[in-house]
Amino acid sequence: MNSAARLTASRRRWGLALCAAVALACAVLALLVGSVELDLGAVMAGVGPDDTIFWKLRLPRVALAAMVGAGLAASGAALQPALRNPLASPDIIGVSGGAALAAVLALAWMPAWASTAGVPLFAFVGAGAAAAFVYRASLVNGRLDPYTQILVGVVFNTFCASLILLVNALADASRTRSIVFWMMGGVSVQPWPALALAGSLFAVGIVMLMGQARSLNLSGLGDDTAASLGFDAGRCRATVFAASALVVGASVALTGVITFVGLVVPHLLRRLLGSDNRLLLPASVLGGAAFLVASDTIARWVLAPVELPVGAITAMTGGPFFLYLLRRHGRARAEDGP
Amino acid sequence: MSHASDRSRAPLTLAGVNYAYPSGGDGGGRVYELSLQVERGGMLAVVGPNGSGKTTLLRLAAGLLLPDSGQVSCCGSRTSVASRAELARKVALVGQQPALGFPYSVIEVVLMGRAPYLEGLSLESEEDLAAAHDAMRATGTDHLGQRVFDSLSSGERQRVSVARALAQQPELLLLDEPGAFLDIREQTRLYDLLEELNTSRGTAVVSVLHDLNLAALYFPTVALLNKGRLHAVGAPSEVLSYATVREVFRTDVYVAINDLTGQLNVLPIKGGAGNNE
Repeated sequence: MNSAARLTASRRRWGLALCAAVALACAVLALLVGSVELDLGAVMAGVGPDDTIFWKLRLPRVALAAMVGAGLAASGAALQPALRNPLASPDIIGVSGGAALAAVLALAWMPAWASTAGVPLFAFVGAGAAAAFVYRASLVNGRLDPYTQILVGVVFNTFCASLILLVNALADASRTRSIVFWMMGGVSVQPWPALALAGSLFAVGIVMLMGQARSLNLSGLGDDTAASLGFDAGRCRATVFAASALVVGASVALTGVITFVGLVVPHLLRRLLGSDNRLLLPASVLGGAAFLVASDTIARWVLAPVELPVGAITAMTGGPFFLYLLRRHGRARAEDGP
Repeated sequence: MSHASDRSRAPLTLAGVNYAYPSGGDGGGRVYELSLQVERGGMLAVVGPNGSGKTTLLRLAAGLLLPDSGQVSCCGSRTSVASRAELARKVALVGQQPALGFPYSVIEVVLMGRAPYLEGLSLESEEDLAAAHDAMRATGTDHLGQRVFDSLSSGERQRVSVARALAQQPELLLLDEPGAFLDIREQTRLYDLLEELNTSRGTAVVSVLHDLNLAALYFPTVALLNKGRLHAVGAPSEVLSYATVREVFRTDVYVAINDLTGQLNVLPIKGGAGNNE
């Protein structure tokens, strides 16, 4: 029997190498592309405006896109098996809605807080409150119930979205633009200390998710069978939920609500590399980073100097591609049938 | 394990076990004072009406539930003391496996049975792979290795689930209604397979089932539960008598030895339940 149908050491090595190469290529391209043609010699020498553009504008932006993309994709890759639902994405836990609502409230009515530091802080606090609420509301017999969690998360997000529309209608018209931009999601240039702080949050979240890889593989078997194999599926769901809340909170705080990364990237990689989470999770970290860096580069390059919201780019590229994958997968499954 | 006597090494021992679900309002699934032993190489069918505690017994045996009082021991390990990982190397559980929802191949599913033997993000070794292939050969699923699990028929899925359980290399195999939703041919294949594994490998088999005819056909010992208590345990012909089945299931039945096969038949009778209100 050949090894094509299971995860082998060589497939894991080559899969990760491929993802890393794509991520690196996207990052290099993103650093070079922009409204100003960079003189790499000047950057290396550390002189002139090119040096400033590289270190103060391009690199922090690419770093933020990479971190957010990595976190969202890893979270989606883990939530899908944890909640036993292929439609699960980081948005499904309801945390993004709570974070966005808190940020929009600050933008609309708290001029003292509507600063680059204040809004992310509000968003992160909103994420925490939303996570606590959704988690409590999703407990059945003291365990996080997957179906209840999805319903509570979706309803909570819709509720937050309608409140945001209400705030938008009542707020001063001059605020509308920044509120809409927040809802669409966008990668901006953040100061290095903020990136370092967010980076450590993403790192903690991603490590928590990786630790659940084996447990996530078994979660499709059902809680009882997973338990008979020595794994606590309820605890796994709770850990994935907490890690996702951390990742989503940090990313909404810095970039607003960016959809599709956490849904599309894991599914694409599952088609290419298989469902085994011991490869899928690290591959999603790299693939998510590549996808969001590429999307952000397109967003600032296509109509330069006008910038498009990156959320629109991820949705426009991810949506049709996802449909294509679904159709192709449907055919493959039909052919595989008895 | 120190000084494990033969008795305590038995695949499954329940001694005076009581259990009630914390939120079990109507008391469904409760069990009282269950005492039962399955010997090495034993094969036991657990039967009884809905809500009589069959699945509770199985979950207690697997260590998924811990008794409120009394003791459950599997192969020398008390479930209330042993770690989940330790139990997972001795006891395997097969339920009705639903679709996984994600495209795992059959070999990947069988290798999931090796999870209790792995660490962290490490991959399966040659030894794990050998155990999986051995389990697939034993269950007649080795030709399915490359297929997507969710695309299999329900009969194939159940046999792959048994292979996954065998890959755990258990001393005790627990099954919850493994033949539900299977047609008569697939049911026969499945129970033939369990009997074969029991004979050739000495794996003890405990299965919950509703079909009294299959219980009588394949299992030398039958435990009959009624309202959470062990009503009777013994050979099918003793336990599944007309009077006992009528009393416990509260329905009229026809019980006889089939002249052609020599097997015990328990057949329903039209309107039989009405006569026993």
